[in-house]
Amino acid sequence: MSKKEWPLWEIFIRGQHGLNHRHVGSLHAPDAEMAIRNARDVYTRRKEGVSIWVVPSAQITASSPSEKGPMYDPAESKVYRHPTFYDIPDEVGHM
Amino acid sequence: MPSLPDAATPDAAALAKQAAAHQSHDPHVADVDLQPALFDWLCRMGDNSLVLGHRLSEWCGHGPALEEDIALANTALDLIGQTQMWLALAGEVEDAGRTADDLAYLRDTSKFRNLKLVELPNDDLAVTLMRGFLFDAFHFELLKELAGSSSPRVAEIAAKALKEVSYHLERSSDLVVRLGDGTTESHERMQAALNRLWPYTGEMFKADGVDEAVAEAGIAPKLSDVLPVWQRTVDDVLSEATLAKPDRKFDAQTGGKQGRHTEHLGFLLAEMQFLQRAYPGASW
Repeated sequence: MSKKEWPLWEIFIRGQHGLNHRHVGSLHAPDAEMAIRNARDVYTRRKEGVSIWVVPSAQITASSPSEKGPMYDPAESKVYRHPTFYDIPDEVGHM
Repeated sequence: MPSLPDAATPDAAALAKQAAAHQSHDPHVADVDLQPALFDWLCRMGDNSLVLGHRLSEWCGHGPALEEDIALANTALDLIGQTQMWLALAGEVEDAGRTADDLAYLRDTSKFRNLKLVELPNDDLAVTLMRGFLFDAFHFELLKELAGSSSPRVAEIAAKALKEVSYHLERSSDLVVRLGDGTTESHERMQAALNRLWPYTGEMFKADGVDEAVAEAGIAPKLSDVLPVWQRTVDDVLSEATLAKPDRKFDAQTGGKQGRHTEHLGFLLAEMQFLQRAYPGASW
């Protein structure tokens, strides 16, 4: 009997209200509903999250590592692009 | 060497007493007339979750997929956690100085009060999941009623356990539907599992003097009231799963609640209790 693998899913978890969902890892599941359940069991056992997103890994388009130079190097030595020349008031909080 | 007090080993009995002092006042706990029945009933609650939890823990490292493996282990841990609460309360009601650990690790087979259903071997995943579903459907309804118990201590434990068991039922009923209504092989295996387990399900609802006494005191619901709700859940899920309810007696196998078990429980306890039996009082 041939063994069919379930498709792979990327899992994103929001740790607290107000924060962004963050990628925590991947897992296998037959469909999205089961992927959420499996993510609950694999990634939130220690109260890590308040919300889960699952995305089929096949749906993710990634940049190519071989194009690293043209993609990222031009951003070097352009310090003026960092908003470090402003004073941010404490009340603004997490940005 | 001077003998120093062993700071690393907490006095479990003293800690339990201390914790108990902070619990809500519960007139049932000290009710002398009710004591034997209440102790037995609490052992039934604790032993069901202990024995099923142990069975599920046997899958750890053997699950068909990493995700399923960890889900089964989580369920096992939930059940063992519930066991600690039920058996700790049983020890308190008995008032003979026995802790939850003493009850779990130092009682013999005939003193265990769990249903025969939960002690049956895991066999394959079909039997494990079907057993889980048949028990979860009962466990869920029972805990829902117990959350409104006349005993505040019982109600507190039930409310905590109910959250976990709601998830167990959601998960197990979903898997029964997926596998029952899945491939030819998964359908056949789920049907075979159901046929095998069916005669053990009636014990959940077979009330004896103990069940009647706690129902009379308003601590637990009448099992005859839980039965129709269980039947409805089971009928709905089985029909969605395209599985046929066996056309045979559902209460042919009983006696576990009174301590008359299948031959399987002894082997389970031998493994579970080995360490405490071989090295009494060992801890880490």
